[in-house]
Amino acid sequence: MSPAVTPGTIPGPPAEPMARGREKNEWPLWEVFVRSKAGLDHKHCGSLHAADPQMAIQLARDVYTRRQEGTSVWVVRSDQITASDPGDKPSYFDPMEDKVYRHPSFYALPKSLDHM
Amino acid sequence: MYTQAMDTMPKDGRDDAPKAVRSADEMARQQAFDARIDAGDFIEAKDWMPEHYRKTLVRQISQHAHSEIVGMLPEGNWISRAPTLKRKAILLAKVQDEAGHGLYLYAAAETLGTSRDQLVEALHSGKAKYSSIFNYPTLTWADMGTIGWLVDGAAIMNQVPLCRCSYAPYARAMVRICREESFHQRQGFESLLTMMTKGSDAQKAMVQDAVNRWWWPSLMMFGPPDSESPNSEQSMRWGIKRISNDDLRQKFVDATAEQAKILGVALPDPDLRWNEARGHWDFGAIDWREFWQVVGGDGPCNRERLAARVKAWDDGAWVREAALAHAAKQDALREAA
Amino acid sequence: MSSSITVTSHPSVQYLLRIGDTCLILAQRLAEWSGHAPIVEEDIALSNMALDLVGQARAVLTRTGAMEAELGGEAHDEDQLAFLRDERDFRNCTIVELPRGDFALTMLRICALAIFLKLLWQRLEGSADEELAAIAGKAVKEARYHQEHSSGWVVRLGDGTAESTLRTKAALELLWPYVAEIFEADAIDDAAAGIGLGPRWADLQDEWRREFGTVLSAAGLELPAERAFLSTGKAGRHSEHLGYVLAEMQFLQRAYPGGVW
Repeated sequence: MSPAVTPGTIPGPPAEPMARGREKNEWPLWEVFVRSKAGLDHKHCGSLHAADPQMAIQLARDVYTRRQEGTSVWVVRSDQITASDPGDKPSYFDPMEDKVYRHPSFYALPKSLDHM
Repeated sequence: MYTQAMDTMPKDGRDDAPKAVRSADEMARQQAFDARIDAGDFIEAKDWMPEHYRKTLVRQISQHAHSEIVGMLPEGNWISRAPTLKRKAILLAKVQDEAGHGLYLYAAAETLGTSRDQLVEALHSGKAKYSSIFNYPTLTWADMGTIGWLVDGAAIMNQVPLCRCSYAPYARAMVRICREESFHQRQGFESLLTMMTKGSDAQKAMVQDAVNRWWWPSLMMFGPPDSESPNSEQSMRWGIKRISNDDLRQKFVDATAEQAKILGVALPDPDLRWNEARGHWDFGAIDWREFWQVVGGDGPCNRERLAARVKAWDDGAWVREAALAHAAKQDALREAA
Repeated sequence: MSSSITVTSHPSVQYLLRIGDTCLILAQRLAEWSGHAPIVEEDIALSNMALDLVGQARAVLTRTGAMEAELGGEAHDEDQLAFLRDERDFRNCTIVELPRGDFALTMLRICALAIFLKLLWQRLEGSADEELAAIAGKAVKEARYHQEHSSGWVVRLGDGTAESTLRTKAALELLWPYVAEIFEADAIDDAAAGIGLGPRWADLQDEWRREFGTVLSAAGLELPAERAFLSTGKAGRHSEHLGYVLAEMQFLQRAYPGGVW
């Protein structure tokens, strides 16, 4: 089963390390969202380090889209993202419990991953 | 291959052993966590997790990342000498993919509360390991195809189960990696097949020589025997490791012994033979002394590989600093405006 | 050892070789960064550019080899042209064969070449040779991207830290003397322009100076003064560097004559 990221559960910014990173002059961390040519939504596909927004966009295209035409890329500095606290789960997410199809476990594992 | 790193870790975790007194809250969380693992649920970055689980994952994921990055070097060695433009492009793309895989994995490790600088520092100081296979030299062009066939083949066997690793960011990175990696093994095999079926005698000899040198190290990629892998049990319990070293190794031998027949190469193991009763290929004893020697830092290329990575990082310091300095200047200008 | 092939001296073939060889040798130098870039992300970006240039070289050399046959010569494929020509028959501008250098030199060189190649590919989209026009249509997008990426870096490094500024200036000093050759006019360009195969490279100089000058001034640098030196790679008289590049690149094909890979 591929654990698709359900909306609202993107990994939150790593709190401590960013501060440490800035002290050591590390390039900031950016989260990358890509909408494929045929797609409707930007999906979170990972992160990368870049020194500025222009570099972040270019690198995101190089790393996460191999420059396929027609893809849209968003980059956001990780420390600019506010995420819900999974500890709050009961109140934010209970109403969804009955909508099983939103859960990754609802989907069968692709055959290609079973086969070795 | 990547759980090899965990098997070669000293028996740590004793320092992380559950403290004598744990709060009721922590025990409840531990139970909830265990239940989720047992149910096959995925753990996300901001979920509560045992400290030992977190540390184990940082170690495994980062060492997997380091392996991809260091793995660029033995193959990068032949880009400038690729014998055709098509092979040059394929090799350049493959090495680039490995950089990308390293990047996905560093990103996954960073979700666990560590920074890129810390991860790189751990590699460069020798604290963090990478897969020992990359401490062998690439001596001929046939090594490229052989690495694709055997080393990537072994890596794929290790990686597919990791797509169901309990830690979701790692699993997602693995899904992406597996999708991209399938062509690497095929290209390697196809390169060898071309040389074996259409190449000159000298080319065929080159292939056989490469296979002779890479076979045993490839088997070692699956790590020590199960009986000598103390951390495996905990990793299995946590859904980080799904299949045992010996089982994966056997699977690999079974697949490649058949592929070797298609290629027309001999595998350098006089004890290799099909066992009808077991339904598997029997194979000879692995020289574990060589394995531990290479893991311990005394393989053919350990020092050069690390030195190359340290040099690249150190030589690049002024570049990284300049980019930050420029960005800071731009920020200042923007704020002043 | 495989002995070298000879290529027709027809101006159209020579004109194409200048383009193909320039892309190939630039790619070869760029690929040296694989595994050694300042940060993994940039390693991927550099490899992307190298791959684009290898692709362009392959397409142009393939067209060149076919054109040889069309002109009554012997047909050659991309690999014969790349791996079996003697150094004196390579037609790349000297600037691309210079050693990899540091990151500043690399970015400055790609920037200069990317702007040039973009302008060239734009004109070649209107080539009388349909295949070349098609190649150009794809390549111009890649050149634009290379310009965007590399010029961003030239600005960052030119206007970054004291060290990066020094290195960028040093790189510019080193590369500048080799720029003039790119725009040097000669009979081969005249012939190509005459039949609509492609523009005289000299015609691209003004626009190139404008664009490259813009990047430099954003980086806090100036176009250096003109020099008397003129390199001659396009005519097959190279620096001492190309010999080593080809010795490495061509080794396997030369050592295994007729090998199938």
